[in-house]
Amino acid sequence: MTDTAFQTTAAPSSLKVSDEVAIEIVNMNKWYGNFHVLRDINLTVNRGERIVIAGPSGSGKSTMIRCINRLEEHQSGKIIVDGTELTSDLKNIDKIRSEVGMCFQHFNLFPHLTILENCTLAPIWVRKVPRKEAIDTAMHFLEKVKIPDQANKYPGQLSGGQQQRVAIARSLCMKPRIMLFDEPTSALDPEMIKEVLDTMIQLAEEGMTMLCVTHEMGFARQVANRVIFMDQGQIVEQNEPEEFFNNPRSERTKLFLSQILGH
Amino acid sequence: MSDTHAETVLFVRETMLPQQEPPSSSTGAIGWARQNLFSGWLNSVITVVAGLFIIGLVLHIVPWFVSPTWMATSLNECRDMVTAAGHTDGACWGVIRERWQQLLFGFYPPELYWRPVVALLMLFVAIAPVLFSDFVSRKLLVVTAAFPFVMPWLLWGGTVWTPVMAALGFVIGYLVFRGFSGRVAGGLALFIAAIVAVLWWVLLSGLVAGAFASVLPLALTEVQSRAFGGFMLSITIGVAAIGCSLPIGILLALGRQSDLPLVKYMCVGFIEFIRGVPLITLLFVASTLLNIFLPPGTNFDIIVRVIIMDTLFASAYMAEVVRGGLAALPKGQYEGADSLGLNYWQAQRLIIMPQALKISIPGIVSTFIGVFKDTTLVSIISMFDPIGLSNAIRANQAWNGVYWELFIFIGAIFFVFCFSMSRYSMYLEKKLQTGHR
Repeated sequence: MTDTAFQTTAAPSSLKVSDEVAIEIVNMNKWYGNFHVLRDINLTVNRGERIVIAGPSGSGKSTMIRCINRLEEHQSGKIIVDGTELTSDLKNIDKIRSEVGMCFQHFNLFPHLTILENCTLAPIWVRKVPRKEAIDTAMHFLEKVKIPDQANKYPGQLSGGQQQRVAIARSLCMKPRIMLFDEPTSALDPEMIKEVLDTMIQLAEEGMTMLCVTHEMGFARQVANRVIFMDQGQIVEQNEPEEFFNNPRSERTKLFLSQILGH
Repeated sequence: MSDTHAETVLFVRETMLPQQEPPSSSTGAIGWARQNLFSGWLNSVITVVAGLFIIGLVLHIVPWFVSPTWMATSLNECRDMVTAAGHTDGACWGVIRERWQQLLFGFYPPELYWRPVVALLMLFVAIAPVLFSDFVSRKLLVVTAAFPFVMPWLLWGGTVWTPVMAALGFVIGYLVFRGFSGRVAGGLALFIAAIVAVLWWVLLSGLVAGAFASVLPLALTEVQSRAFGGFMLSITIGVAAIGCSLPIGILLALGRQSDLPLVKYMCVGFIEFIRGVPLITLLFVASTLLNIFLPPGTNFDIIVRVIIMDTLFASAYMAEVVRGGLAALPKGQYEGADSLGLNYWQAQRLIIMPQALKISIPGIVSTFIGVFKDTTLVSIISMFDPIGLSNAIRANQAWNGVYWELFIFIGAIFFVFCFSMSRYSMYLEKKLQTGHR
């Protein structure tokens, strides 16, 4: 993708990052069978940070953020989310999952439920919020992603961009403290990418802790306070976005950037 | 105008074209017939030949059907009536007039026919709120909940306290579950509740029911299982097996996907064993062998035994049908549910099953239809389902040799039930259609 995909200007430096640690990953390793997908990952994310994770496909970036809410299991090392360590204890896992929102490349909305039901389901069943209140919250967030008028439609009747915004609203309805984005715009038509990115920028400006796997380098430049570059299952380079793009240090990063920005 | 000019490459459309009607030759009845029946000389010839064949068939069959033998009392009388009417061949409908009640109710006492009829009507009321949740009030679900207890009481009779105590077992189980659910793990609470309920049914409910009956003897005349027969028997076995096999099948399908090896291999073993054995074998086991293993003196009703075997058989098939639906769901649906913090049972109930079952509707209904028709196999173990009864009717001197008429009657009734199920499944698929996946 080009970095002109989007042009709104916001000053990332104006966004505050607190000293409080939101996610801590220590010496984390993961294997698929004999294949070592994640190698000795160390990462500390403070509350309010907006981190973009870039890298070639197969570099383990999706796997890494999926470990944070245990959609993938790590085999060694530690992941601590909001002070709770991820172990095989189901209670901890469900607790962390309800605090950590996630948006997927293919949205993963529930096609048999309306948009509104998609958004109220988890608050009602997991948070035990009264139905009325859950609907109010859902409408609030649907308005925020600018599709309150679609509330009674089914996901199949919406465009890709609208579905992804619903997916974001659905996560927000759980009032998460951290949001994970796994290539949220990769399955979208170019015209729809902007509407999703706008929603994500808005979220960032409100101080949400975000980890985004994305190829939208314009987004990274504008919103991220840190860019992480991964290759072959390890973190190769991390830096502030300006430095990262203008002055990459490792050869692999230089190659990657020349590939995706040079066309 | 916005026509392209050959001499320039530049083209700009100034007016967008509006939608237009399709040409009239491709719509309407004539358009349909031209497209589908007479689209070429070969198709036209086939259409004409097929039309003639259908007409010929109808002309042969209709006279056989409309034969004036309704009042006959034996096969010979039928033949005389047909000859007197100037035909060479005709149906002998007298057997239906004389024996239709038997084909419907078997040897059930005629003065008690109202009981199976009421049970059938109650069945319709009970399934209405489940099948047509859009039109029928949810309040009728009370009838649905009561039906499994009232139906056996209506059919077999006996004291009213037996079904009441059976229902009470569920209430007790539920209360125990509620009492424990906050204090111990959910699975353990369920297990304790089940144990308590089973203890209640096995040890206490009989005594309590007896005590109540001696104080307040409300009872219907008892009818023995061997008096059951005809469609009443088929529907009783079919409804029970259908009703129980779906939930058991779902649990087996989930069990088969479980991460716990013990659960998984028990489910796989059960499914593969049952599917590997013919239903008739299971029915023979139910009718003869089971008695050998039970303690002497236990009276374990033959119909209940057959229902259990039919249910197990149907569950195994149901499990595989449901597994197909589960396999068709994209992995993203599980991840979507997981990422929101739903636990396993919530995810299954709210996200996975509604979609998996929707995908499996055609297979599920096929299995239902199969189960219902397979109830005729009980004639093998000398129970009088409609097929068994048709043999019994032919054993009578007067009707020895009547085949077609009985089978047509039985077939027609089966067809009504099975066709309704099939149409319902199509209605349901349409109703649950919510756009692209």
